[in-house]
Amino acid sequence: MSLTTTPTTRATAAAGAGRTGADRPGNGAPGARAAKVEGRRGRRRSDVALTAVGVCALVGVLVTVWLGLWVTPPDRFMGNLVRLLYIHPSIAWVMYICYGVAFLSSLAYLWPRTRSLRFDKLAGASSEVGVVFTGLTLVTGSIWGRPTWGTWWTWDPLLTTTALLFVLYLGYLAVRRIPGEPEVCAKRSAIAAIVAFVDVPICYFSVLWWKSLHQPPSIADPVTGKTYIHGSMAWTLLLSFVSFTLVYVWLVARRYRLFVLAEREGDEGLALALAERRAESREAQA
Amino acid sequence: MWRDALLVAGKDLRIEARSKVALGQVVPFALVVVLLFGLALGPAVGRGSVLSQAAPGLFWVAVLLAAVLAVQRSFAIEALDGASDGLRLSGLDPAGIFVGKAAAVAGQLLALEVVLAGAVALLYDRHLAGGLLLAASCVAATAGLVAVGTIYGVVSSGARQRETLLPLLFFPMVAPILLAATKSWDAALAGTPGRGIAWLDVLAVFAVAYLAMGTVAFGPLLEDA
Repeated sequence: MSLTTTPTTRATAAAGAGRTGADRPGNGAPGARAAKVEGRRGRRRSDVALTAVGVCALVGVLVTVWLGLWVTPPDRFMGNLVRLLYIHPSIAWVMYICYGVAFLSSLAYLWPRTRSLRFDKLAGASSEVGVVFTGLTLVTGSIWGRPTWGTWWTWDPLLTTTALLFVLYLGYLAVRRIPGEPEVCAKRSAIAAIVAFVDVPICYFSVLWWKSLHQPPSIADPVTGKTYIHGSMAWTLLLSFVSFTLVYVWLVARRYRLFVLAEREGDEGLALALAERRAESREAQA
Repeated sequence: MWRDALLVAGKDLRIEARSKVALGQVVPFALVVVLLFGLALGPAVGRGSVLSQAAPGLFWVAVLLAAVLAVQRSFAIEALDGASDGLRLSGLDPAGIFVGKAAAVAGQLLALEVVLAGAVALLYDRHLAGGLLLAASCVAATAGLVAVGTIYGVVSSGARQRETLLPLLFFPMVAPILLAATKSWDAALAGTPGRGIAWLDVLAVFAVAYLAMGTVAFGPLLEDA
């Protein structure tokens, strides 16, 4: 966390490094200092907003757990199993947001008029969170499927496509880790994201037809519609959607900031080290 | 673009004709895979045995495994002696380079598929019926495979761990091809080619989508590779 308090501009980093406490900013040139103060104020405001989102998400998830486990009644058909349905659809929903945002920001990066590395970072952050939520979707789905369908896994189009999504985006994350210039990496990753995204509907429909040739879709929609969409159950589900979406926003914002910090560390690390080294030799001479 | 494609495809195939890597390593590898499936699922042969039933799927899995090697080879020859810089400086249309490289790999894969189909018919005891549908799905599936393979080949060519990266990228992407090609072969071999036409459409859609995407995306990818 000490990185968040390092000076924001390279000029102040070099100047501030004259003192040994390089992570204590505040002695840069006047202009740089003004810019820094401005930057810090903006940072503080976004920090507060982000913390608020995080707290809301946490409270929302906790209340969802409380409502889902204690307040809501068991379902007439599924009994207590229905409680898993308060989190599974919302996790899957977040997964769709993740990949949608990753796809759109990759497009935005490739579009010349909106080209900015910010979109690349957003795509990276969103797809990383997406892979985690895909894993969670598969796990919660399996746990629910075992007692309900009698099997951990079935070759249903949704399940199969989700599993493929998981490995597809693991591959995408591997592409993101290929070293190179930031712009080159960003362009490569953006193209890879779009290539992968186009595969998703093709996967879904081919598995759908594959199944329909074998047997009628015995497992229709896993969400058994009407049985639970009323009263406290509906509210719990709604709250779960909202709070998991907040969890998504918080995670992506944190991950995004981590990207920014890692980049700044790369940029400023060398400048800082050089300045410290010069200060040392100056002290040695004195 | 087409002239450039012919030039690149001719170059790749000439290198292959001289080095004989596909002939000496990729084809034998695919045959080994076919034998391994026999060991894993055999030894019963004849109609109704597991091997004979699964023949279309096993054939296509073997093709997929060989396709990764062929794509890797196709980009390995560009990695040596600064060949990729030469290709970039040559002034050839990037779309032409994409089509050319894909076509060269496709040519090798189609030849491999003929050999493999013979091996499958022989070893798994499955009569190859419905030749037209078999051939058509081979062509469409191969077009899709090489399109995806060539896009990801150039994406991963910048990575130091490209040997392990390419399969991870390639196999999930071509899952629909495996599915559709297997179903279409199933239909052809079972003597009901009518059921296979829909799967042929899936293969064609996939191939067209990724060939189009490759012609557009290859330029920017090659620039930075």
